[in-house]
Amino acid sequence: MTRVPATVGNERTSVLAETAVVRSIGNTPLVRLRRFERHLGLPESIEIHLKLEWVNPGGSIKDRTALSIIESALAAGDLVVGRTLIDATSGNTGIAYAMLGAALEIPVTLVVPESASDERKRTLAAYGANVVYSDPYEGSDGAIRLVREIVANAPYRYFYADQYNNPANTAAHYRTTGPELWTQTGGRLTHFVAALGTTGTLMGAGQYLAEQAPVQLVGVQPAEAFHGIEGLKHLPTAIVPGIFDPSIPDQIEGIDTDEAFDAARALARAEGYFAGSSTGANLAAAARLGSELSLEGRSACIVVIGCDGGSRYLTTGLWDLD
Amino acid sequence: MQNDAGITVLIPTPLRRFTGGDAKVIVAGANVAEVLDALDAAHPGIGERIRDESGQLRRFVNVFVNGQNVRDGQGVDTRLSAGDEVGIIPAMAGGASI
Repeated sequence: MTRVPATVGNERTSVLAETAVVRSIGNTPLVRLRRFERHLGLPESIEIHLKLEWVNPGGSIKDRTALSIIESALAAGDLVVGRTLIDATSGNTGIAYAMLGAALEIPVTLVVPESASDERKRTLAAYGANVVYSDPYEGSDGAIRLVREIVANAPYRYFYADQYNNPANTAAHYRTTGPELWTQTGGRLTHFVAALGTTGTLMGAGQYLAEQAPVQLVGVQPAEAFHGIEGLKHLPTAIVPGIFDPSIPDQIEGIDTDEAFDAARALARAEGYFAGSSTGANLAAAARLGSELSLEGRSACIVVIGCDGGSRYLTTGLWDLD
Repeated sequence: MQNDAGITVLIPTPLRRFTGGDAKVIVAGANVAEVLDALDAAHPGIGERIRDESGQLRRFVNVFVNGQNVRDGQGVDTRLSAGDEVGIIPAMAGGASI
């Protein structure tokens, strides 16, 4: 294969800055959930704030991750013309890659467990991405193994974005999510709650926040290996992401699928925000934390990541009618 | 090896710690509920991960019979015959059929 000069990558980097969809990523609202706090019976001294990441154009926090990964690959000359971006994704990162691929004319191939919903598959197709299905019984780890196989067979054809091991994932949140939260709370936040999937949010934003003040960093994972909180990893039994640094979280809370679903439903009914199950897991962890802190008579400003919106899960048990 | 009298149950990775790592288990049963009972009898503890106290499938669990989601049909009462394949998958944003 002919080597493409590095200047091609640089030209694409400048195109990136002028692309409308790229410019609309980030700077999402942070809102205080007063009605949800009251629903939990928390005192005024315990604040819970939610970062509305579904406001991103691709509908989730993963827009930041995908953009940062593509930016750094273009700058490094890893994503030259002729190469296809490939990755394993349980959904939102795939949608973000597909969206950016469409806007930047980068071919995208996504390996998705076959159990993904029709609306997920059709969303990826709408952006023009190529989708390869992996064994549904092997979950997201099965998708990771299949990508590695595909790339090993033809490495020159692909840029393997590798969100689980790519430092640009962490960097996205160190550069954008963390500083936004610090500014939006006026430096008042005391606790930061983020679900662990690739772990990029907690690693990046958490590290940034911990450098500003002694903020408690709370990771959230499913309580059980067999769970229905999409995008989250049960670290004791899953392939642990390479970007995960176990010294960064101050604590890790285990949340049951039912607790996560119930919290997402409570949010919709108390506040009118329609969020997904991982946001529910984060809120359930924040609720637990808030109750403990209030029992100790402490005050707190707890910031929770709202990873994506509820409409991504309309066909799941999350929104089954009672 | 296919057991003529049995139903093959496909076990997802996170539940294989109950089956000694096996991805396929063969049990007997005339419907999905009976097969899940037999699966739990053979591998204690796996049943409560799949169904709640009332015997219903947990909200995040989908069971497929020969690739069709039983939620679209008779649920755990879905009838089975020898050679059928029952798959258990945590619902990842739905999943109509596989």
